[in-house]
Amino acid sequence: MPPPEDSVVVRLTGDPIDASRDIALARRTSIGAEVTFSGVVRGESKGRRVTVLEYEAYPEMALAEMRRLVSEARSRFRLEGAVFVHRTGRLLPGETAVLVWTASSHRAEAFGACQFLVDGMKRGVPVWKKEHYDDGAVWIEGDGGVQGRGPDCE
Amino acid sequence: MKFRFFASARDAAGVADLVFDLGPGPSTVSDALARLSERSPGLGQDMGRWLSARNQRFAKPGDALEDGDEIAIFPPVSGG
Repeated sequence: MPPPEDSVVVRLTGDPIDASRDIALARRTSIGAEVTFSGVVRGESKGRRVTVLEYEAYPEMALAEMRRLVSEARSRFRLEGAVFVHRTGRLLPGETAVLVWTASSHRAEAFGACQFLVDGMKRGVPVWKKEHYDDGAVWIEGDGGVQGRGPDCE
Repeated sequence: MKFRFFASARDAAGVADLVFDLGPGPSTVSDALARLSERSPGLGQDMGRWLSARNQRFAKPGDALEDGDEIAIFPPVSGG
């Protein structure tokens, strides 16, 4: 795959995420500050053992929203490179579900852009997780909620 | 009009998608959702639980419909 012209990799994939490959694709020259966030599947949720975490996307809209967030981050944070990858399908605890990598001349911008993309994803990218336990499974609705209920307060 | 359902909305609908003619009259997303509720009681019994998108952008109830629109119904997102 040739490196993208604009130093941006946005992808949904059913395969295990290969962070170093995707970052290498996006990294054109040494830009200065690079920040990497990985969202990793936890083996436990609210006291229950999670056996599998299943992710589903509305693919066309998820990609459009991810690209839109990167575009916004470019202008807000002078982002010079980005990787934004979400994996779908059945993941095991310890596997990476989402990778966000940002590059900018200065660290404040790289950190800010990374946070912006992760927060934006949590709020508005159409992907959903289903937690599988030993004795059942449930779709998680919203950031922390369980199906049929609103977000839990912590 | 084509409807697509995701996650628990698909479970509630019992199908991944639905295509039906809204008939004369309906002109907004809100109208389309009302017709959908009638067609799919599984979704309709808890319509406030779902979000909607029109042509892959989040929709507001007052948004105008056009021929060939795709409406997606889904719970609040939980990616990452």
